[in-house]
Parts: sequence; structure tokens; C-alpha cells
Amino acid sequence: MRLQYPPNVRIIEVPCTGKVDIIHLLMAFEHGADGVIVVGCMEGDCHYMAGNLYAKKRVFRVKEILDRVGLGGERVGMYNLSSGMGGRFAEIVREMTGKIMKLGPSPIRIATGTAVRAAGEVAA
Amino acid sequence: MIKAIPKPMEEIINYVQDCTKLLIAGCDGCVTVCEAGGLKEAKVLASALRLYFTQGGKQAQVDETSLTRQCEKEYLAQLSDRIDQYDAVVSLACGVGIQHMAEIYDKKVVYPGVDTCFLGVNEERGLYSERCQACGRCILAETGGVCPIARCSKRMLNGPCGGSEGGKCEVSKDIPCGWELIYERLKTLGQLDRFENPVVPKDWTTSRDGGPRKIVREDLRI
Repeated sequence: MRLQYPPNVRIIEVPCTGKVDIIHLLMAFEHGADGVIVVGCMEGDCHYMAGNLYAKKRVFRVKEILDRVGLGGERVGMYNLSSGMGGRFAEIVREMTGKIMKLGPSPIRIATGTAVRAAGEVAA
Repeated sequence: MIKAIPKPMEEIINYVQDCTKLLIAGCDGCVTVCEAGGLKEAKVLASALRLYFTQGGKQAQVDETSLTRQCEKEYLAQLSDRIDQYDAVVSLACGVGIQHMAEIYDKKVVYPGVDTCFLGVNEERGLYSERCQACGRCILAETGGVCPIARCSKRMLNGPCGGSEGGKCEVSKDIPCGWELIYERLKTLGQLDRFENPVVPKDWTTSRDGGPRKIVREDLRI
């Protein structure tokens, strides 16, 4: 398909989004990610029954935590795609990168003086 | 088991905002089972607090650990060589564990990280309900294994009351009438004749009415 999406995205593969825990998302922010998206299978299509539903709840919890600690819950998001939706994946990454660019670097990177690169580093 | 829920983040931040070295201490017992205060929750809270301090431009060290049980001094002793380096400890154990931590390390500020709620069962993951109020004198033998102290909103010993309707308590339609449950259970057991003998007034001295309680088991002591 040769789809284009921003190169400042680091993809971390997991067997199922049910593997992604709250601590993994928080650690990404501790390590300087400006934003994180979790991309799981379509709801109802999880091969492990409810992995993506657990992920959705965890992402929601991380949003609450980020709001409360001053980073802003809008820096994390969850999307549901099938493996045949590469075009939509590229579109989502472009959208999220644009959104993070507007938000600017994570307050963690600003505070630690590591916000030297352009804002918008997104771990997906 | 003891059931607890995590305290709101704002409340914990309010306690610890002046600290620079903080230990988050989880407990591997009851609070781990109800996912309120185990190692996993300690890691999440520690990470969230590190984010809070860092984004505010403050250098703070937030470490996490989890002890087998905070209600036993042998396990609390595992912190003795390092607890002095911290300004304060946030204990994610139940109220028992938090108090025990404060008792053993009497010069250390200990903050609660959870709200301890009740003694209950796991109906399913994320759904816990009360079953026992630790009144100190169990009457489950007379009530078909359903406790009227914990499960009747009025703690009635001879129920149900007039507020029971369609098997539900008048306090809330989400609360089953404890005495309806007792009736149904005794019916299943073929012991409905128990209703012919009123339960005598309960001796509450073994409950909180007798003040803070203590068990002394001479058979176990040397």
C-alpha cells in the first residue's frame, strides 16, 4: 500500500491490547513520549474475547491519571482497527501527531530539558 | 477478605506534595486481590506521582515496593534498613496495615493510599460485596449461613421488617433483603421451623460496643 505516516512514531507490538497495562502507558510518558495511542482490534473481534475492552478501560484510567497529574488526558487515546485498515491507521497516526504537535512537548520533556526535538513524538 | 478502594489521586497528592523522597508500599494480601493496593497499584501510583513531581519541575524520588502482609511485623521489618531515607510512606494496605506500619516505624509519616471499606467477597472481578461485620459472635448457624448483621440494613435479628418489598430492602432496590435471603435459604434447607423461635437479643460486647477488641489465645502463646 506504501502508505505514508509521520516518522516520529515508535511502534511497540504486543500480542493483544489486553497485554497493555496502565503502568506501560505511564512509563511511556515517564520516558518522554509526548503522546501514546493504543490500537486494538475492532470491538467484538478480539481473539482473546475481551483484550481490547480491558485496554479501553485502562486507557480511560490513564486519561484520568494524566489529567490529575498535570499532563492532560488528551495525550493518550485508543483506536480500534482491523488488520485490513492500513489506510485508516496511517490517517489516525497523522491525526494524533497533528494533535500532539498542537499540544506541544510533554510537560515532562519540558521540565527535564529534553524537549529539543520538534513536539509530536508519538508512541503507538 | 478485606475490601478497599484506591483513594482519589488529588487526596494523595495533597498529602505528599512537600515530600522529596517517598515510598509507596503495597501489600500482597487482601488489597492485592481487590486490585486496590498490590504491587501493580503501587507501581502505577509511584509512576503517576513521579509524573506529577517532574511536570511541576520538582526533583523527587518515588520508589515502590510491596510487602507480603503489612499486618505482620515480620514482613514490615523488611523495610527497616531503608525506610529512614524516605520523608514519608504511602501505604496501600488496608487500615490495619497502615496503622501497623505507623506503629512499627513510629517516627515515620505514613499516609493512607486506599479507603478500607468492608469484609466481603469477590462476586466477580471489580464487584465486591459485604458479608461480615466481625461482630465477634457468629450466629450463622441459626440463620442458614446468611448473616443478618452484615446483610440486613437494620441489623435486625428477627426480620424481615416492613421495608422489605419483592425481596429488596427499602434502603435501595439494589440491596437484597437480608431476611428474604435467610428465609429462602432456610426453606431450601427445610429449616423454616427456625422462624418459630425468635432469636434472643444479641450480646454486643464482642462487637465495637465493648471498645477496641483484642484476642488472647493462651493455647498459641508461650
